[in-house]
Amino acid sequence: MDTDTLIDVQHLTRYYSTHRAVHDLSFQVRRGEVLGFLGPNGAGKSTTMQMITGNLAPSEGRVLINGIDLLDEPLRAKAALGYLPEQPPLYRELTVDEYLTYCARLNRIPGARVRAAVETARERCGLSDVGRRLIGNLSKGYQQRVGIAQAIIHAPAVVILDEPTVGLDPIQIREIRSLIRELSAEHSVILSTHILPEVQATCDRVQIINQGELVLTDTIDGLTRRMQRSSLHVTLRFPPALARLQAIDGVQEVEPLEEGSYRLHHVPEVNPAEAVAVAAVHHGWGLLALTPEHASLEDIFVQLTRSEPVEEAA
Amino acid sequence: MMIGHIAARELRTLFLSPLAWSILAVVEFILAWLFLSQLDQYVRLQAQIALMQSPPGLAEVIVAPLFGSAGIVMLLVVPLVTMRLVSDERRSRTLPLLFSAPVSMTEIILGKYLGVMAFLSLMLGLIALMPLSLLLAGSLDLGQFASGLLGLFLMLAAFAALGLYISTLTAQPTVAAVASFGALLLLWVINLAGNAVDDSGSRGIFAWLSLQQHYEALLRGIFNSSDLAYYLLFIAVFLVFAVRRLDADRLQH
Repeated sequence: MDTDTLIDVQHLTRYYSTHRAVHDLSFQVRRGEVLGFLGPNGAGKSTTMQMITGNLAPSEGRVLINGIDLLDEPLRAKAALGYLPEQPPLYRELTVDEYLTYCARLNRIPGARVRAAVETARERCGLSDVGRRLIGNLSKGYQQRVGIAQAIIHAPAVVILDEPTVGLDPIQIREIRSLIRELSAEHSVILSTHILPEVQATCDRVQIINQGELVLTDTIDGLTRRMQRSSLHVTLRFPPALARLQAIDGVQEVEPLEEGSYRLHHVPEVNPAEAVAVAAVHHGWGLLALTPEHASLEDIFVQLTRSEPVEEAA
Repeated sequence: MMIGHIAARELRTLFLSPLAWSILAVVEFILAWLFLSQLDQYVRLQAQIALMQSPPGLAEVIVAPLFGSAGIVMLLVVPLVTMRLVSDERRSRTLPLLFSAPVSMTEIILGKYLGVMAFLSLMLGLIALMPLSLLLAGSLDLGQFASGLLGLFLMLAAFAALGLYISTLTAQPTVAAVASFGALLLLWVINLAGNAVDDSGSRGIFAWLSLQQHYEALLRGIFNSSDLAYYLLFIAVFLVFAVRRLDADRLQH
């Protein structure tokens, strides 16, 4: 196996009595990659994360962390793993320093290095000023950061974050996102979220899961291409007859919107934007706006999770 | 190593809540009261006791009843100490921290058990100081005292093991406390059911199962290895149950 594949999930299946929460899930994450894990509520995101982190035993399938089988050698595999569950596992009665020290020891960091590890984790997560405060008295955003600090304190090869930016303000969200990007330099990161812009901002690859099955695996670039819809939005001050727009090279169909606005559908190979501009100037249509239209990630998400699952190659 | 870290955090958490302090205070107060009244009685009857042919010693008159009462008080108190061990972590969803760390289930359970035992040993130490203070003014049968102390220690260890196991069953600390208390009380009085049975064989089983029977022997200063075996088995069984139960969390449904 490729030594740079840090997470290798093979045919993971999980039943809750007769309900199949996750079905035959397989994927890999390489070193330095951030994988976005998307899905509607109840799609099996958290179940998958719990199985990868050893919190839930899979009904079938294997999980290899850094090449070590999680079921055969749980202790060695877990040493290479940092996990932030949906609800950060915090002891509210401890101070941030006490808590992080405990986490460092739990993760078998040698006694002499515990202090340094706590210091580093605190710095990376912006917790330097709150070391002596009780976790229970911190705001939600800071608690979330303590949760992330806990997951990265032992510099694990694999970091798994379940909805890490929930409850944070926009500035904190940006900080956490840049932290995730920073982490991806040395670690593999799996990020579960339902905030779509977050995926676009932080991830290299996206997986969409619906009803326990993968419906899409693609790189962010591939996704961006997928989002380019072949249509233009045009607004004209003196609109001509529809037929004349239709006659422009490459235009397949003209869809009149409100007064003076049209959506021009075209074949993907030919972009008629230039021709439209030339024609508009030439005939004095009074061109006000000419915009290529994009499908949003949201559109793709909705389309994939509503309709029947479609197998997509990466 | 890991066990020690988990135990240390458990002990720390106990002392960060007012519960541990109030339990220590209340238990100390009640037992001190009992100790003093026992002592008072002894002093009043001293003249008569001195005339007896083989007069009972301080250990017999004061220590045995004191430890006997301590056993009953602990029956009420230990469930309160053990109730939070796992159920609270489950309720506040901190178990994933332990499950995704490189720590085995056995280490988690033993760590928690040791943490609570450290607290109970502290309490035991404070209780032991009361009879030991008698050494300032008189003599004490240290053999009987040690046997009683060992009995109380084993009893606490057994209570804690059962309480820990019940705490792994639920996410509600109060439910764990009530259930542990119920189970302990049942095991305490189970020999009463045995007395009603004519068949001596089953009476023997009920009597042997009872926590109280084994304790009383130790209080009288009779050290029987079968009593020791009973407590060790009791502790081992419930600790194994607790490990299995925690492991089953991953297999749920």
